[in-house]
Amino acid sequence: MAYPFAHPREVRIVSKHFGDAGARPVDGWVERGGYRAARKALPEMTRDQVIATVEASGLRGRGGAGFPTGLKWKFMPKDDGKPHYLVVNADESEPGTFKDREILRWTPHQLLEGAIIGAYAIRAEHIYIYIRGEFVDVIPVLRRAVVEAYERGFLGEDVLGTGLRIECTIHVGAGAYIAGEETGMLSSLEGRRAEPRMKPPFPAQAGLFGMPTTVNNVESLAAVPHILVNGADWYRQWGTEQSPGTKLFSCCGHLRRPGNYEVAMDFNLKDLVFDLCGGPRPGRRLRAVIPGGSSVPVLTADEIDCPVSYEGLVQAGSMVGSGGLIAMDDSACLVRAVRRMVEFYAHESCGQCTQCREGTAWAARILRRIEEGEGRDSDIPLLLDISENMAGKTICVLSDSAAAPIVSSIQKFEDEYWAHIRRRSCTAVS
Amino acid sequence: MTQPAAELVTVTIDGIAVQVPKAMTVIQAAEEAGIVIPRYCYHPAMSSPAQCRMCLVEVKGAPKLVPSCVQRVQDGMEVRTDSPAARKARRAVIEFLLVNHPLDCPICDAAGQCELQDYAFETGQLRTRSVDPKRVLGRDHVTPDVLYFADRCVLCTRCVRFMEEIAREPTLVVVQRGDRATIDTMAGELFEHPFSMNIVDVCPVGALVNEDFLFKPRAWDLDRFPSVCPGCAQGCNITLDTKENRVVRAKPRPHPEVNAFWMCDHGRKLLAGWVPGGERGERLEAPQIRDGDRLVAVSWPQALERAAEGLRQAGGPGRAIVSAAAANESLYALRKVMQALGFAGGAFRVPTGPTAVLEGFPKLQLRAERVPNAVGAALLGFRRSADLFADLRGRRGALLVLGDPLHDAPADFGRDAAFYLYAGSVASPAARNAHVLLPVTTFAEMDGTFTNFEGRVQRFTQALTPPGMARPAWVALSALSSRMGSGAMLDSAAEAFAALAAEFEPFRGMTYETLGFGGRITEAAEGAAAVTSGGK
Repeated sequence: MAYPFAHPREVRIVSKHFGDAGARPVDGWVERGGYRAARKALPEMTRDQVIATVEASGLRGRGGAGFPTGLKWKFMPKDDGKPHYLVVNADESEPGTFKDREILRWTPHQLLEGAIIGAYAIRAEHIYIYIRGEFVDVIPVLRRAVVEAYERGFLGEDVLGTGLRIECTIHVGAGAYIAGEETGMLSSLEGRRAEPRMKPPFPAQAGLFGMPTTVNNVESLAAVPHILVNGADWYRQWGTEQSPGTKLFSCCGHLRRPGNYEVAMDFNLKDLVFDLCGGPRPGRRLRAVIPGGSSVPVLTADEIDCPVSYEGLVQAGSMVGSGGLIAMDDSACLVRAVRRMVEFYAHESCGQCTQCREGTAWAARILRRIEEGEGRDSDIPLLLDISENMAGKTICVLSDSAAAPIVSSIQKFEDEYWAHIRRRSCTAVS
Repeated sequence: MTQPAAELVTVTIDGIAVQVPKAMTVIQAAEEAGIVIPRYCYHPAMSSPAQCRMCLVEVKGAPKLVPSCVQRVQDGMEVRTDSPAARKARRAVIEFLLVNHPLDCPICDAAGQCELQDYAFETGQLRTRSVDPKRVLGRDHVTPDVLYFADRCVLCTRCVRFMEEIAREPTLVVVQRGDRATIDTMAGELFEHPFSMNIVDVCPVGALVNEDFLFKPRAWDLDRFPSVCPGCAQGCNITLDTKENRVVRAKPRPHPEVNAFWMCDHGRKLLAGWVPGGERGERLEAPQIRDGDRLVAVSWPQALERAAEGLRQAGGPGRAIVSAAAANESLYALRKVMQALGFAGGAFRVPTGPTAVLEGFPKLQLRAERVPNAVGAALLGFRRSADLFADLRGRRGALLVLGDPLHDAPADFGRDAAFYLYAGSVASPAARNAHVLLPVTTFAEMDGTFTNFEGRVQRFTQALTPPGMARPAWVALSALSSRMGSGAMLDSAAEAFAALAAEFEPFRGMTYETLGFGGRITEAAEGAAAVTSGGK
């Protein structure tokens, strides 16, 4: 049995070697077909061919925004004479998400290979891997892999004998959620507070140290070697036109079999919850599902009969986000859950924008008051208005992320709020 | 000045079309259209982090509201600052800021000059929807002179950017996150910087306050007068804020060529709580004439009559000492008295001190020459002297002193003169050796001009009522010279300056009107600057 659970309906591409400790060292990885894509891309393919292949595959960023990876690479300037950088976003911090951690822990070379190909494509001579500081067990694994890659000539001054130089530096984060926002990450790498920056300029124009930069998520880069070896059409055999390929879902909460599941992007969300994850615990009814990490709107149990594609989840009223699926059964108090999430955002707001700095903390205080039975009738319209004032008005989307669960939980679980406000009780079943 | 004309674009702001250079931001273009978009983090002299989100405006075609402080203008752009969405966003920012703001306006120094207070009233928000306790952070010093009230702070980071970008000593930082974020000093220790008090000026609220001003006057009780700092040769444009005929503080008045938006702490400390004449001397309030060993207070006509008579009898060649803190007009009036006696010359001295440069605007310096008008004195024919009293020793005839307080003069100063006239503000022992003492005003009690280090002639205005019978020196001395048949009695500072400009080539063509409050540079300025820096 693979790690920690596997299901026959999964399509394991990126997660194929989860649980297989033999895939971790470079030799084991090469035995399993590793670095074939790099050997193919660097000497044989032009940069434009690499980008064209990834673009044709339709791979979209797996960090949350779902921006097409090939297009992102295409935005990088050519012949501008400036140093370019590839920054790998391994600061996985979205509540409910733990997929990148597993990729790095079991298959660090899978990421490195994707990053090397990405660096080649965007003309970067330096890869920065910004890894979450709390990943204390993963950091040494990744460090070891980088050393091995240098020893084997996959990194260094003469990558695979092509004469190309690609260096790699691991930067360990210090515990700020906002460092996972791409421009906040760049500020942090530069030694500043991890404060997101206004866009434009976009990182492709002025990113790390003011130079053209691409920031890619771990899972996006891990998929790249497979696409280059097997081709864009191979990758497109899964998923939909707009959401090709596979996606890792980190499933947690009230499930019988939580864990990472990799499914085709047209897979049904209800099947993911009930079949792959085994549904709620015995005697419990499923109440709510957050499909993409705490930043995306919550769905009721009735709303999850939809594909997990980008467009499918949008149609259902939520988003793919980072793929951090949080399931809640009838023992969960939605007010409490949302309060806990908003407190997280209030704690992690960088403090730059007024709406976010003050709004997240204010909303958290109101939610706590409601949870404790001190709510007022005016609190629900107030929360909705605060959310409206917070959303879409700030430098980054942390503010929107805090607003999403508030608005969606009020829309879908208003009874829960009224039970707390009017009856000082809760609709959750103990 | 034949620079290629900047490319102009036309933008419409709230229906008002303006033509502005392409490099402008929307917030700047709006000012051209006469619309001030509310702002906290934006400051024209510093970078814009676009973080307060107060200046959000609606731009036609843009999916979201945009921060006008960083949005560049584009040809044909249509901006609305007064659309329902923009107004709601602005109201929301005010409401958010007031969630944790302590609203301690009744004891806050900034009340009456607070951008949070102003905008809150402007948007008509007198009630908050927040019923929850506010977070409390407390207060602390950031410099020995400046206090930081963290609870009032709106986190605009203007102070942080002033230290980083203008002072170029990044001593202030934001610490913590979310609504626990505050401004703090690096390593939590107090810092000192010769321009540190500018952080109080850039603070839009009462978070950073000058301890010297703390809990003293209310902003609305102050009268404000445009002036020029007398602290050194820089000539910073300032405002003197007065209450009950005392200067309570000096604030910089923007001048792009002289001091931008800033001034140094030396100047502020010199002027805050300023006592005319300083604490060291007894203020001269009435004309006095010598009667044997005694000085007797008399009327102005009696004193002038006695002075004219005494000077006429003493005859030339005389000697003159002037202060380089005296106005051009006063120095000119003394020159007319000297002309009546038939002698030229005259000397001044320049006290010096350590210098300090504002790195982000290096033209602004606390200059070594700690007087405001050394260049003016030189242009009017006075000579800088390294040792005033040695130069005078052993010379007889008339002795004229204007302005120099003579605190350090020998006890018998002026005793050997045939006739000694002292026109000044304080009666030091050496001044009291005079035959006639004329009480004159300080710069804060009169209109006048100083000529700064680069030869820029700048006007200052009367901020205080002079004590007793003290009059501007140009009034007293022109009355004296006209009695002696040299020049006319001058009726106003403008008239005095016009007479000066007609007579002294470097000032030719200047009038108070043409000077305005930006001043003008004299053509002979470079030569004069060389003269004043020649001595020690």
